[in-house]
Amino acid sequence: MAGELVLLDFWPSPFGMRSRIALAEKGIPYEYREEDLRNKSDLLLQMNPVHKKIPVLIHNGKPVCESVIQVQYIDEVWHDKAPLIPSDPYQRAVARFWVDFIDKKIYELGSKIWKTKGEEQANAKKEFIECLKLLEGELGDKTYFGGESLGYVDVALVPFYSWFYAYEKCGDFSIEAECPKMIAWVKRCMQKESVAKSLPDQEKVYEFILQLKKVFGIE
Amino acid sequence: MATNEVKVLGSWPSPFAMRPRIALNLKSLTYEYIEEKLWEGKSELLLQSNPVYKKIPVLIHGYNKPICESLIIVQYIDEAWSSGPSILPSDPCERAVARFWAAYLDDKWFPAVKSIGVAKGEEAKKAAIALVEEGLALMEEAYDKCSKGKGYFGGDEVGYLDIAFGSFLGWLRVTEKFNAMKLLDEGKTPGLVKWADRFCSHAAVKDVMPDTDKLAEFGKFVIAKIRAAGAAAEMH
Repeated sequence: MAGELVLLDFWPSPFGMRSRIALAEKGIPYEYREEDLRNKSDLLLQMNPVHKKIPVLIHNGKPVCESVIQVQYIDEVWHDKAPLIPSDPYQRAVARFWVDFIDKKIYELGSKIWKTKGEEQANAKKEFIECLKLLEGELGDKTYFGGESLGYVDVALVPFYSWFYAYEKCGDFSIEAECPKMIAWVKRCMQKESVAKSLPDQEKVYEFILQLKKVFGIE
Repeated sequence: MATNEVKVLGSWPSPFAMRPRIALNLKSLTYEYIEEKLWEGKSELLLQSNPVYKKIPVLIHGYNKPICESLIIVQYIDEAWSSGPSILPSDPCERAVARFWAAYLDDKWFPAVKSIGVAKGEEAKKAAIALVEEGLALMEEAYDKCSKGKGYFGGDEVGYLDIAFGSFLGWLRVTEKFNAMKLLDEGKTPGLVKWADRFCSHAAVKDVMPDTDKLAEFGKFVIAKIRAAGAAAEMH
């Protein structure tokens, strides 16, 4: 069922990391193509004309856009290897809820932390920590959100860890001090090759953020 | 409450609240519908079953399974009652396409529809209308591809994308009425015009689709509230 598989991606994108992890978990070979977002390839514009965004997963010439849709697609097509999404309908609905929550909150709040200052930044930090605490509550005593093995929520959330150092430096706070359970969970995930190989180095991401700040004229 | 009882907390003008009800109707399932009068305050049941967002719709299955977010609820209904007619396509590629368009409608298109009513100035209004029309052109193309000559995005029967998109038809018609314009148009979106009529008269839909005039009255009430809140905010 492999066929031709291409992932159009951008190295610091937490959304791209999700698909990288899913494919790695299932041991599926694919071609990774780095996109220059200031100069998007014709292929990207053709495969995602509506949003013109990465990641795009191209399977046998057909595009699958949006990272959460990609992870579900990967799980459905290669369902016999390392299942990510629970089989029980209610557990599935719960997992989907938290992935949707992560999508609604984490990226936007994180962006506010590195892009803003003063009161706006303070509010973003506070809400960001509250969201992580809610997620800690959902994790509970489990090894992973998926239970004994990596699941849909783990794959959706762990990529943001590569941005934590940048958030902490820009926001002058410690995520581990506020959410130790979250960091403990991250460390367990990072022991997995599929995760460790899919996430860029945190320092590299921080340097990238500093570059972006220069470009956008943010102090 | 029996373990197999279903409750839906909703609000009649909400397109999101329509979605689970259509899905339950498609599966011929009985359920208790509880109308939340959101502008009078949220019920204890709502606050307990959706503590994160405190929003409708919520489906409560049995005594301990609340499910939140309309599209997640629709997928749950499809999977929990898998013996009934399928709501999502069975092919993973087609599922991905249906999910893509549903997300587009929720994240980009419907916010543009809503913004027409509260747009500040002609330029902003024109921009919002352009986005809505662009979206409808995309959906006309999607309908062509997904329906493969049949009546619905789902093919022979109402499916996930029909539910996701069709639930917005009430507010689309209200927008057309308020702005004296046609957004769904026989010239530009002929497929969607016919699909819309088919969808709204479907047995699973017609009793939960609000009457356009009633919705328009409610729309005026909401716009007035938003404008008042805006004015009040500007006074501080």
